[in-house]
Amino acid sequence: MSTATFSVERGGAASRTAGIIALIAIAFLCTAPWWAESGWMREFNEMACYLIFAMMWNLLAGYGGMVSIGQQAYLGLGGYMLVALGNFAGMNPFLAVPLGALAAMAAAYPISRIAFRLQGGHFAIGTWVIAEVLRLTMANISAIGGGSGTSLIALRGIDKATRESVTFWMCLASVVASVALVHWFLRSRQGLALLAIRDSEIASESQGVDVAQTKLWVYLVAAFGCGLAGALYYLGNLRISPDSAFAVNWTAFSIFIVMVGGIATIEGPIIGVIVFYLLNRLFSDFGTWYLVGLGLLAILVTTRFPKGIWGIVSARFGLHLFPVQRRLTRPPDHVMAPTPRDR
Amino acid sequence: MIGWLDTLVQGVLLGSLYALFAMGLALVFGVMRLTNVAHGDLVVLAGFAAIALAGQFDLGPLAAFACLLPLAAASGYALQRYVLNDTLGRDPLPSLVVTFGLSIVIQNVLQEIFSADPRSLSAGEIATASVRLVEGVTVGVLPLATLLAALLVAVALQWFFARTAAGSAFRATSDDRETAELMGLDARVVYASATAIAFVLIAVAGVLQAMRTTVAPADGPGLLLFAFEAVVIGGLGSFWGTFAGGLLLGVTQAIGFRLDPGWGIWLGHVVFLAVLLVRPQGLFPRTR
Amino acid sequence: MSAALLATRALEARYGDLQALFGIDLEARDGEVIAIIGANGAGKSTLLKTIAGLLRAPREAVRFAGEPVGGLRPGEIARRGIALVPEGRRLFASLSVEENLRMGAQCGRPGTWDLKAVYELFPALRDKSAAPATSLSGGQQQMVAIGRALMANPRLLMCDEISLGLAPIVVKGIYDALSAIAAGGLTALIVEQDVGLARHVSDRLYCLQEGRVVLSGPSDEFSRDDISRAYFGVAAQAGR
Repeated sequence: MSTATFSVERGGAASRTAGIIALIAIAFLCTAPWWAESGWMREFNEMACYLIFAMMWNLLAGYGGMVSIGQQAYLGLGGYMLVALGNFAGMNPFLAVPLGALAAMAAAYPISRIAFRLQGGHFAIGTWVIAEVLRLTMANISAIGGGSGTSLIALRGIDKATRESVTFWMCLASVVASVALVHWFLRSRQGLALLAIRDSEIASESQGVDVAQTKLWVYLVAAFGCGLAGALYYLGNLRISPDSAFAVNWTAFSIFIVMVGGIATIEGPIIGVIVFYLLNRLFSDFGTWYLVGLGLLAILVTTRFPKGIWGIVSARFGLHLFPVQRRLTRPPDHVMAPTPRDR
Repeated sequence: MIGWLDTLVQGVLLGSLYALFAMGLALVFGVMRLTNVAHGDLVVLAGFAAIALAGQFDLGPLAAFACLLPLAAASGYALQRYVLNDTLGRDPLPSLVVTFGLSIVIQNVLQEIFSADPRSLSAGEIATASVRLVEGVTVGVLPLATLLAALLVAVALQWFFARTAAGSAFRATSDDRETAELMGLDARVVYASATAIAFVLIAVAGVLQAMRTTVAPADGPGLLLFAFEAVVIGGLGSFWGTFAGGLLLGVTQAIGFRLDPGWGIWLGHVVFLAVLLVRPQGLFPRTR
Repeated sequence: MSAALLATRALEARYGDLQALFGIDLEARDGEVIAIIGANGAGKSTLLKTIAGLLRAPREAVRFAGEPVGGLRPGEIARRGIALVPEGRRLFASLSVEENLRMGAQCGRPGTWDLKAVYELFPALRDKSAAPATSLSGGQQQMVAIGRALMANPRLLMCDEISLGLAPIVVKGIYDALSAIAAGGLTALIVEQDVGLARHVSDRLYCLQEGRVVLSGPSDEFSRDDISRAYFGVAAQAGR
């Protein structure tokens, strides 16, 4: 009989190194308002919003097995809540951001009662219908500008430099917090339950996992994240309209980001958004052909490289920067004697 | 009173177009559980293709449609056989992402070629001809033809699935792909044939839409949602259900438009969500 | 010695990373009834599925009527004359009884089995021909499944656990029918949980254990003890 001692490992050298690099990078970025141009910070803010939104889509689809084409509903709700609180309630828009996210999360509960009636592809399109309902509703409410939208006037009293700095810091903090939160969640028992559900609902139900509860919680968290992205985006954009806030393009781009970067990983959306930003910088002048290219790329990646860039890198080099799995390891110099039943 | 009757009639006629949109979607979902996000864009593409054919070769709408038919069937077969078949399976993600990508590609290619402006297929006299049913209620000949087409398609599909050997093969493959293969069927061919038929239906819908109103490159997603709502409201598993679902959606929208032009489509969406909440299996589901 | 109708050589089969069959050598000669027995998980169903083409096999690992058939699609193998009555019957739920039977004739092989012949073999199905196949009793569903396989006019009929979940008297009726079919010259490969039944109905038997053949030979040559030992692997453990 063997007397090997096994140990349960979480991290590795790669993740520890990545963690240190990340901390340095974040600290460095915090100083950005003092040396960076406005344009660059605006671009960063925009990409931060895309990243948060994509991470939420990834959480739902990659980890939760729920493919949604309607997350823009919550992005729009977050944005409009921000504008409404700022313009009508006179609230400081910076303080209104988390409230916008909370409003989106609150709306997600009744919406889920309807959306969860559907599964698979039908769930995907059903969520899109819901987003459309919200878009049309907002477009018909003249108090918030109807179809042509409105501006966030509550920020007009604050000087440009302060506004840009605070917006930037909020975006940076939100991105870091989102990544950390998703990472923490997936390492938790709830996260494990989620992965089990994704693999087999029936099997996990039989193991005592409350499938309905877990899915609901993930949906609510994703709504919060999307609402946060929306509030932050329009904090920076200053002008909101139903067609932009509830555009399916948000989901289209985040699908691209997640699939190219690597679905069902934390590193994936981060890589995906970097790729997306580069492609945007280089090719967005090509207009419709650029979008055709994105669409074709998404099809190519899904059919040929379903695990995305990070999936390939991770499998090839065994890298995990955000370790989620627990690994069973043996001391390397131990030799196991073959038992009679071994094949 | 007559006003409401007119609204009802217009709603039914509008709904018959939605029913036509929905038939192809219902077919493909019924046979292989595939949700084609590009469905609406394919209808728009068919409309533009008919317009291009008619313009290029100076054809009438019927002739353009006749040319379009084999193209539609062949491209549907090829798309399913060489691209979409690989995305089928337990996980809905690959087929959703691939068809979503397809949707983006179609919309933008159409915009490149035709610009973003709405276009229509000239239908000559029948485009404006109308028939007066009762005092105050006039119906266009083209919408009537659409209703007839939707009815015929529903009857034909129902007959095809229930009474023909090919229809049995489709149903068997849908029930149990592995066992169907044991019988000698090639599921890859069955799926591709189903999509070929669906593309023919899409061509019919696209041509009628282009004749009746207009098609613009960005119209696709809207049509997808209408088709989807018709399928779900009607209930899965029955083409008559899909037909009824389309009509109901059309009537709801017509009522909405009458109350306030801005809320027409909105009301349709809301009624869809209400049906989903109250009777998620649809109004006329076929139980297996 | 007549050449074997069906022969497998070192047949292996996998479900993803899990290997289920480790080098199966099996033969069925024309007109023979072969029984395959073994505990749950021994690989019996996997063996039939692999022969039928539902699992990939190397080209030469399965030979039928002198031709290598490994790796062919199930439809192609059906057209060559191998029909499988799958475990759990696997009737088409949205098809009627008669539509299910007609499905069996899909591969288009000529022969004596048609709807009339199947209804003669299983008269109980005649009245139910328009009923949804899954609305029938277990025994009747099994009849439909067998009839569906017969409609393909196979040279080799493979039956996977057809007695499962059925009352003994129903099982007897089905096996009587099977004997009649076999008496007509059809070669049969039968996976059966009930060892006594398997021995009774077959000419030769193979016993599988954990994906390997541990016993094979004429059915009447083995004592119950022989089979028990092979079945449960008692002999295998003691020998190592």
